[in-house]
Amino acid sequence: MPDLLIELFSEEIPARMQKRAGEDLQKLVTNGLVEAGLTYGSAAVFTTPRRLTLALGDMLAASPRQVEERKGPKADAPEKAIEGFLRGAGLTRDQLEERDSPKGKVFFAKIEKPGRPAAEIVAEVLEQTIRNFPWPKSMRWGTNSLKWVRPLHSILCIISDEAGAEVVPLTVDGITAGNTTRGHRFLAPGEIEVAGFEDYQNKLARACVVLDPATRADTIWNDATNMAFAAGLEVVEDAGLLAEVAGLVEYPVVLMGRIGEDFLGLPPEVLQTSMKEHQKFFSVRNPKSGQIERFVTVANRTTADDGATILAGNEKVLGARLSDAKFFWDNDLRTVTAEGGMATWVKALENVTFHNKLGTQAELIDRMATLSRELAPLVGADADEAEQAARVAKADLSSEMVYEFPELQGLMGSYYARKAGLSDAVADAAKDHYAPLGPSDDVPTTPVSIAVALAEKIDKLTGFWAIDEKPTGSKDPFALRRAALGVIRILVENDISLDLNLVLTKANRGYQFAKTEQVLERFASYFIEVSKTEDFCNQEALGALVQAERLLSKDTDLPMIEEATSKQIRDIIERYSTYQLSHAEDLAEYDGETVQDEIANEISPRRAKRKSAPSRRKLSRARHSASVEIVSFIHDRLKVYLRDQGIRHDVIDACIAMDGSDDLTLLVKRARALSETLKTDDGENLIQGFKRANNILSQAEEADGVEYSFGADPKFAETDAEKDLFAALDKAEAKITPAMVEQDFSTAMAAMAELRGPTDAFFEAVQVNAENPTVRRNRLNLLSRIRTICTSVADLTKLDG
Amino acid sequence: MSDAAQKPRSFQEIILALQGYWARQGCAILQPYDMEVGAGTFHPATTLRSLGSQPWAAAYVQPSRRPTDGRYGENPNRLQHYYQYQVLIKPSPPNLQELYLGSLEAIGIDMALHDIRFVEDDWESPTLGAWGLGWEVWCDGMEVSQFTYFQQVGGHDCHPVSGELTYGLERLAMYVLGVDHVMDMPFNSPDAPIPLTYGDVFKQTEEEFARWNFDTANTEVLLDQFNEAEAHCQFILDQPAEDPKTGKRIVMAHPAYDQCIKASHIFNLLDARGVISVTERQAYIGRVRSLAKACADAFVQTRAGGWTPEQESANAQ
Repeated sequence: MPDLLIELFSEEIPARMQKRAGEDLQKLVTNGLVEAGLTYGSAAVFTTPRRLTLALGDMLAASPRQVEERKGPKADAPEKAIEGFLRGAGLTRDQLEERDSPKGKVFFAKIEKPGRPAAEIVAEVLEQTIRNFPWPKSMRWGTNSLKWVRPLHSILCIISDEAGAEVVPLTVDGITAGNTTRGHRFLAPGEIEVAGFEDYQNKLARACVVLDPATRADTIWNDATNMAFAAGLEVVEDAGLLAEVAGLVEYPVVLMGRIGEDFLGLPPEVLQTSMKEHQKFFSVRNPKSGQIERFVTVANRTTADDGATILAGNEKVLGARLSDAKFFWDNDLRTVTAEGGMATWVKALENVTFHNKLGTQAELIDRMATLSRELAPLVGADADEAEQAARVAKADLSSEMVYEFPELQGLMGSYYARKAGLSDAVADAAKDHYAPLGPSDDVPTTPVSIAVALAEKIDKLTGFWAIDEKPTGSKDPFALRRAALGVIRILVENDISLDLNLVLTKANRGYQFAKTEQVLERFASYFIEVSKTEDFCNQEALGALVQAERLLSKDTDLPMIEEATSKQIRDIIERYSTYQLSHAEDLAEYDGETVQDEIANEISPRRAKRKSAPSRRKLSRARHSASVEIVSFIHDRLKVYLRDQGIRHDVIDACIAMDGSDDLTLLVKRARALSETLKTDDGENLIQGFKRANNILSQAEEADGVEYSFGADPKFAETDAEKDLFAALDKAEAKITPAMVEQDFSTAMAAMAELRGPTDAFFEAVQVNAENPTVRRNRLNLLSRIRTICTSVADLTKLDG
Repeated sequence: MSDAAQKPRSFQEIILALQGYWARQGCAILQPYDMEVGAGTFHPATTLRSLGSQPWAAAYVQPSRRPTDGRYGENPNRLQHYYQYQVLIKPSPPNLQELYLGSLEAIGIDMALHDIRFVEDDWESPTLGAWGLGWEVWCDGMEVSQFTYFQQVGGHDCHPVSGELTYGLERLAMYVLGVDHVMDMPFNSPDAPIPLTYGDVFKQTEEEFARWNFDTANTEVLLDQFNEAEAHCQFILDQPAEDPKTGKRIVMAHPAYDQCIKASHIFNLLDARGVISVTERQAYIGRVRSLAKACADAFVQTRAGGWTPEQESANAQ
């Protein structure tokens, strides 16, 4: 059977698109051929920077003859309908067959499609493939209308067998298929005539083109590692870079170069990033010191001087790049080791917007610091250290190095924090606080890092929630889903129990201060209002004073407060500063929140004095509901997280419904225990028993209009099964209650599962709705004990099936 | 290898070699546009001429200004004023890559010793409302040119497509001449009676302009100038196609485009002065882009832009 060879030869295809393009070529062509009846034995696809190649082995020489049977109109149908059918089928009346059917005689047509030669089908399919190729980005060139990733120069398309090769007649937008290709752009640019796949591959190899990307990658990796090994070094693995580089060359030649002495002191990540991003170099490391000492570059050719010119050029370019990096590093070090240290950078962040509705990076840092402090005792971190870590974690955003290489944010921060003499825990937190960035990224494990990483994510969730930038559908521009998953993984994987709702409410409060211009404006006018009433000595006014000063000292040019207003406030502060001093104690105790609350609730100053209590409740309720929403958002992410670990969503629902589900670690323990229990025979069957009990009970409660919840008494038990159930329930309760206090869900659920036997036996032997009302009531109350016990472990009513 | 030249020894020899080479390839060798622009692409010989159906082939040196890149002449590679060499051929010929490689040989890069690579780099100019696909061309790991097939300019699809080549002349020349600091590069022949380096010619201006760009330029004046250029551009485009004096159809795409170029450069100056915030930045770019689009719209209404009286009457019907 014949073979098919297709090569689409173009100008340089972006490396990142080659793999997918090869797969698409194979899929589109083979699907098209098979659909037309042209099956084949084997398929192989290859890509280089300039070509997409598909080779099919043992393809049919022609598509088989096809017979299609088509049902037509009834024999007594109007003439027009029959004529139409004949036209469509391309037959005459005498070629139709009449068959009996339940509805009378019906015409059937047999349409024969003769087989078609492979070349004809290939030509059609390939033209369609080329015209509809799914490039991520494509272009036109010259006067053509065809779109391709870069200008397409030639199409090689031949069908070959023992007798020889034949070109498939095909022209796409002026490009006529032939049996020729070209070799390497520089080393063997001549035209090559090809008779089949093997011939093609061999001739290309002679023309300095290694067709298979896997072979090129292997060559690169082997040569690079050998070369490094010979020098007592090792290549830093980077699969992505390897694939990319293999897509940039047709004839890889590995060269190892030196990094100037001046640059060896740079952090390895800086060297690596600079070399990889700008130059696509591999880093070569000294295994003893961990330092990057050399690089590997991959040229696309051999030269008479064995690559000496190429290597010298690359070393020179790298030198220029690294001079830049070193310049940044030296400048940054000068800043952090000077007086002020990293605080200089934090200060600079006062002018950098985090989000136009959520204030500056500096305000974000303030909120993170407060929250980290609050989180510290809950995660076992030192509060001062956690706050300090939060204050420097984002400082490196002001550094020159991170400006140049944004991907090094955090990491540079930890280098600089160490150089600034801060503790390892603080330095590590700078690096760790963005983590985890993806589902497989490591989570921070040290207490200070955990506190800051949590604070960063919780602040983000709270803030974007507050300004109504919640994720919708596939849109999640601020990566809140990732933040939620981060919170989940940090807590669960570190086995940390904390009340998420409470933390979120606290985080929310951070925003009441930073939040909005309106609040500040209203605050200012309120203060002026109060001061006019001569009532400035009261608590509210004092609070206002404290707040006013705080706000004004924070930023002397509050753009949202009118200049006049701002001056007025200053004057007032001036006038009453004496008073303030003599009442320093009162002021220290006063946190000013009441006033903030009033303003945030848009309550007039006068009413505020009288009705501060209810309004505060209102505000805390609003905060609470936002927190509840975020918790439920996090719960949704938790379902995805646990589903990936094989825990059913209804199991999670059953656990979320329980008190304390704000504690994710507890929630996950409960869900895991329940999931395990359900996998046991007893567990699975107990659920059936529980559901039965619950159904009977619910129906009876609805019918009787009462709730059966207590009072089951063994003395009314008539049967052994009933008595056994009483005993089993007592026994289970004795085990479950203490286990639940210990949050030992496995024990509690195992004890619950033991109820399966007695419950089943009970339903087997006993009619719940007995004639005797006392017995009936007692049995219903007994069932309610099952319900109570089971739902104390998890809300089993939420389970499917 | 007819273009294989003797290795050049100065900056100007490289420019002359490129001029000679592209002249031999049939390009019209134009002169720089007489306005301040950020890149060779802004020359109307590229932006406007890439529009419409008329064939075109031009090459030229364009002095380019990037106020934010000024380093007082101290940085080995960064300049606020530098030269680009620009080639635009419409429709893009099928052998444009080979023609380009020939130009590298013409300036003394030996193809047998160097590693030349076409690395994906798609070009986009938000201020011009333009984009194209192509590569940055690497020579031994160094980017020596941009190679772009224009797909859209001023919001118009390019039909036919132009091929654009842009060489950063200083960087390329430093590489070819083996110079480490731009200011040390020989400008004319080192054997000339009065040999001049790049520094002799430009060190002074780099210092002066860096100070002006970063600290002195009067931002209020600039803001006014930006608004004026914008209004002026619009005013020119608002004029009727028929000139009341001559009675001829004269669409004034080029005068309007001059104002667009002016606005773009003033924006760059304001940016260097640091008075444009991140959010405002987008808005300014958007304003320049609408000017560029309006000019492109006007250009395709000119004869050079492919307009014909027949088309007009066809449209009228």
